Amino acid sequence: MRGEQDGFGGVDGFEEEPDDAFDDRDADHDADAYADEAELGQLVRPYTLTRGRTRHAVSEVFDLVTQIGAAPRESGGGEEEAQDPEHEAILELVRVRTLSVAELAADLDLPLGVVRILLGDLFEAELIHVTRPVPAAELPHVDILREVIRGLRAL
Amino acid sequence: MPVGIAYDARVMRGTKGDGSFVAVKILVAGGFGAGKTTLVGAVSEIRPLRTEERLSAAGRPVDDTHGVEGKTTTTVAMDFGRIDIREGLAVYLFGTPGQDRFWFVWDELAQGALGAVVLADTRRLEDCFPSVDYFERRGIPFVVAVNCFEGAQLYPADQVRDALDLGAHVPVVLCDARERDSVKEVLVHVVELALTERESVYS
Repeated sequence: MRGEQDGFGGVDGFEEEPDDAFDDRDADHDADAYADEAELGQLVRPYTLTRGRTRHAVSEVFDLVTQIGAAPRESGGGEEEAQDPEHEAILELVRVRTLSVAELAADLDLPLGVVRILLGDLFEAELIHVTRPVPAAELPHVDILREVIRGLRAL
Repeated sequence: MPVGIAYDARVMRGTKGDGSFVAVKILVAGGFGAGKTTLVGAVSEIRPLRTEERLSAAGRPVDDTHGVEGKTTTTVAMDFGRIDIREGLAVYLFGTPGQDRFWFVWDELAQGALGAVVLADTRRLEDCFPSVDYFERRGIPFVVAVNCFEGAQLYPADQVRDALDLGAHVPVVLCDARERDSVKEVLVHVVELALTERESVYS
């Protein structure tokens, strides 16, 4: 996790516990309001799911928009290697369709950091297929951007 | 970003033209209550996303850990939405966390971002100063969208530009974050801005 900051943005008042539940899925209010539910608590602390690991050797590869798909079953290291229900939950989702890391975290209601570690496990077990998208900011060609403009207008 | 060689070969990087994936990442910033969630929700199915962030020693005032010794992570909530343009091309909108103390989350969100919307509420225009500073500093193209709330006094775009001390190259547009068509136009402005910058570099 990118923990270093470059000196700006004072960090003050850490009222929230790291293991807060954010059950309110009401999209009408701003994300900031989620902090109001800080006192709810949660039965399982998030990093219990990762056996206390807060980083994974390969978790840096999982950008928010990295696409995760299911590996073809025959190439996988065997179903038994995805021993935790959370691993299985990820596999069930990506077998239906390819999803970004951000979508998986939202669907599973798990913090991004936890999802990255679980994905690292699945990746090492060769149960998932990982595609890092080309960030449009790096594309030299303008055709894609023109296509995006047309697509947005047509929404 | 420390990406090791050992697993790199198994991670496929999408490239243009081979049918793989292009992600257009647009950030939506602005002060608390400026309408970020509303804007993202107007054009996409909105999803709450949370992240547990490790607190860096550098950013943690010593006194703040009193009573919560050993606490090294904090929860940051944000919104995101996805708009599929076609198979293999999608726009991802990420609402940035409202609190300025979460700059480290912004750094991750900003990575590879095409551009940004800074949503301004004219009643609290100063709330968007940190966002404007951030995107200027990072060289990320951004559009200032003045959210015209019901009952909020309408200011001419130029007045907002002066108040925010924006350069002439920064588009200032009026919008209604609840209206899909209005939000679409704002996003088109962001992509056009990125396109203009791209053309000036490569032509």
